[in-house]
Amino acid sequence: MQIHKYDTVIVGAGGAGMRAAIESTKRSRTAVLTKLYPTRSHTGAAQGGMAAALANVEEDNWEWHTFDTIKGGDYLVDQDAAEILAKEAIDAVLDLEKMGLPFGRTPEGKIDQRRFGGHSRNHGEAPVRRACYSGDRTGHMILQTLYQNCVKEGVEFFNEFYVLDQLVVEENGVKKSAGVVAYELATGEIHVFQAKSVIYASGGTGKFFKVTSNAHTLTGDGQAACYRRGLPLEDMEFFQFHPTGIWRMGILLTEGARGEGGILRNKDGERFMEKYAPVMKDLASRDVVSRSIYTEIREGRGCGPEGDHVYLDLTHLPPEQLDAKLPDITEFARTYLGIEPYTDPIPIQPTAHYAMGGIPTNVEGEVLADNTTVVPGLYAAGEVACVSVHGANRLGTNSLLDINVFGRRSGIAAAEYSAKNDFVELPENPAQLVEEQVERLRNSTGTERVAALRLELQECMDANVMVFRTEQTIKTAVDKIAELRARYLDVSIQDKGKRFNTDLLEAIELGNLLDLAEVMATSALARKESRGGHYREDYPNRDDVNFMRHTMAYREVADDGTESIRLDYKPVVTTRYQPMERKY
Amino acid sequence: MATPTLEKSDKAPEAGFADTPYITATFRIRRFNPEVSDEVEWQDFEISIDPKERVLDALHKIKWEMDGTLTFRRSCAHGICGSDAMRINGKNRLACKTLIKDINPEKPITVEAIKGLTVLKDLVVDMDPFFQAYRDVMPFLVTKGNEPTRERLQSPEDRERFDDTTKCILCAACTSSCPVFWNDGQYFGPAAIVNAHRFIFDSRDEAGEQRLEILNDRDGVWRCRTTFNCTDACPRGIEVTKAIQEVKRALITRRF
Ligand SMILES: Cc1cc2nc3c(=O)[nH]c(=O)nc-3n(C[C@H](O)[C@H](O)[C@H](O)COP(=O)(O)OP(=O)(O)OC[C@H]3O[C@@H](n4cnc5c(N)ncnc54)[C@H](O)[C@@H]3O)c2cc1C
Ligand code: SF4
Ligand code: FES
Repeated sequence: MQIHKYDTVIVGAGGAGMRAAIESTKRSRTAVLTKLYPTRSHTGAAQGGMAAALANVEEDNWEWHTFDTIKGGDYLVDQDAAEILAKEAIDAVLDLEKMGLPFGRTPEGKIDQRRFGGHSRNHGEAPVRRACYSGDRTGHMILQTLYQNCVKEGVEFFNEFYVLDQLVVEENGVKKSAGVVAYELATGEIHVFQAKSVIYASGGTGKFFKVTSNAHTLTGDGQAACYRRGLPLEDMEFFQFHPTGIWRMGILLTEGARGEGGILRNKDGERFMEKYAPVMKDLASRDVVSRSIYTEIREGRGCGPEGDHVYLDLTHLPPEQLDAKLPDITEFARTYLGIEPYTDPIPIQPTAHYAMGGIPTNVEGEVLADNTTVVPGLYAAGEVACVSVHGANRLGTNSLLDINVFGRRSGIAAAEYSAKNDFVELPENPAQLVEEQVERLRNSTGTERVAALRLELQECMDANVMVFRTEQTIKTAVDKIAELRARYLDVSIQDKGKRFNTDLLEAIELGNLLDLAEVMATSALARKESRGGHYREDYPNRDDVNFMRHTMAYREVADDGTESIRLDYKPVVTTRYQPMERKY
Repeated sequence: MATPTLEKSDKAPEAGFADTPYITATFRIRRFNPEVSDEVEWQDFEISIDPKERVLDALHKIKWEMDGTLTFRRSCAHGICGSDAMRINGKNRLACKTLIKDINPEKPITVEAIKGLTVLKDLVVDMDPFFQAYRDVMPFLVTKGNEPTRERLQSPEDRERFDDTTKCILCAACTSSCPVFWNDGQYFGPAAIVNAHRFIFDSRDEAGEQRLEILNDRDGVWRCRTTFNCTDACPRGIEVTKAIQEVKRALITRRF
């Protein structure tokens, strides 16, 4: 075991982690630990754009953007945070431009902007051009630009280091962060990083679903590490299902495809969205479109022998338009389905896309130990965190924004905290939990296999807590997850070595997914209403009287070692917008 | 809810999409794990799989169902993160962007690590020299003077000038297909030059001269022998050789 000492440690090198690193490296001695090479992070998959009311192409302002964000989130958004997001969006985009990001340009040479679902002029009057973009690879350009600037600033990376434990120490009844424990993929060595402040920027958790737009590596490691140490997770029942994933594969086809005029059709060739959203049709909000697709499928109008998909039809659009506006996603259709989008419709189904919930923070990125108390020295930003700017449903283009605004804020706040505070003493045997976990898996002779359990988990999640949920399906999931967690104790791996042991890490990642799936299902069971991405067929309406509040889930361990989840609730911060019915 | 007059199209193929029958394919994989042995070994795995699946799916099937020690990098699974460049049937490709049916599964499919970088285990190579060459070309925007309050202006034409080389995902498929790089690991390699190109031809940048000097070095662009392997290998369709030629021309004319 090695021990390192840094002022500030950042966990993750996606957009949020690198944006934080650029700030904190200037102000404090910083190390970035990342399980992937920075440029492999899933921020690079983002296609459509990043929202900011620059008003470069038409009238716009940050107040309209704030309103759209709150309404899009079905009023579960903390309004003070949404206001910061929308206000700071403008500098966030300009900063990226100055760092070198090659945005699309207007004829006058300004940053160009385009339309995206849910972003409107004057509180819903008409769509507004607010998304700044770079082709259909905006996320790729953000990730590259941030990495380039990390190289410029001399940011210190520990690549292929997996953070597996968060060290939390109690001093006079106050929980404090002492550092993290990481596993080095190349050598199998365990490293303790003592740090005055730690920032989690480890991304989402989509891999507990089978059909997902998320990378294999998005396994919620950061959420799980904090949760296991008694810190809460907020609003985990809210997950976004994007309407257009490639059938069975889940690879995303951007909303921009429908923005360009693409149409969804059932097996009879009908444009079914006309039934469900007469005005916005195919461009209604993501949760509405996903539910409509599944309604078609359930009522027998899905396509294929299994009737398990519908079509995204782009065949009426001129090939030149597809080449110019949607080059990457049309190439996905050719590569993975062998079909030509000029002439053939693309089979799609909703795909698990984005975690609205996560580690609760305030607007400085400080992690909360309960509804009000911060954990000194602990920060989170990006998809791992829940500020909450996305509430019950995130608007397209608001996440690339979130990672930049709150990545920057937490980078500054953490470095300033490091400058003013001392190290917290490490607990005795700081690496104990990780060492035990690794040893147990290496030595296990159990009969359960990681891949089989993971597949059972994913199939259970897809079937029971995806677009439609009921008391019964969620209970089925809760029971199944409990069974899988028990069987997980009997998991064994084949690779017993130290060198690049991805077999071992997949087993550890599965443990994280199981913990988080349990929190998600338990939180969903208790929320007896429908709001944004959480749709309960048995409670189809939003219930502001009883559920206008954030869920806070805590792991409790009884004296005899049995674990359970305790649910608590946190009020929503409302400043100027009173809840209204959400119509598009 | 249903309206009788839904807009209709007859383009939707009735049959829809379905599974294709599975085939049996043999994957012949170059194994190496110095923790166990210094010897390299080719190992055959016979699997039953839908030929429309990716080589990455096949590798997962092998790892998950047959041999957990098989080691490779991957993340996004759809060609945008650059993790899984490898030599498949002797050509550099991304495993996640190569469908089994497209590489003749009748014969054993060979899979090995990319060449020119040290193999650490199975399909995993040491990427550090590759990223070092990238860092050496100053891969970041350099500007002088005060920053403007708003964005720097750039015309759509100036923006288009370097669009192709902004697509790079740093997968190393190009560099590790280059015979010059195989023979001499000191050569910067195509990927680093592509990323220098991205800034040299960006109208906002003011360090083109410096980057050109770096590439004028004996290990720089002049080593390129225009074999086009890199262009063939690039999974992003970047015209790599053309970018290198443009840098060479800029070195001669000092115009960019
Ligand atoms: C296909 C797709 C398209 C999208 N399109 C858009 C869009 O157009 N607009 C928009 O606003 N949003 C979009 N999103 C959402 C947005 O891209 C993501 O939410 C956002 O990029 C997440 O960034 P992040 O920095 O939080 O996490 P990531 O970029 O996922 O980075 C996570 C980092 O954490 C590291 N990490 C993880 N676990 C560990 C560990 N245990 N130890 C150490 N390091 C670890 C990883 O190595 C990685 O560096 C899209 C998402 C997807 C999947
Ligand atoms: S130029 Fe192409 S092949 Fe080379 S590293 Fe970039 S994406 Fe990969
Ligand atoms: S896994 Fe990301 S490019 Fe292949």
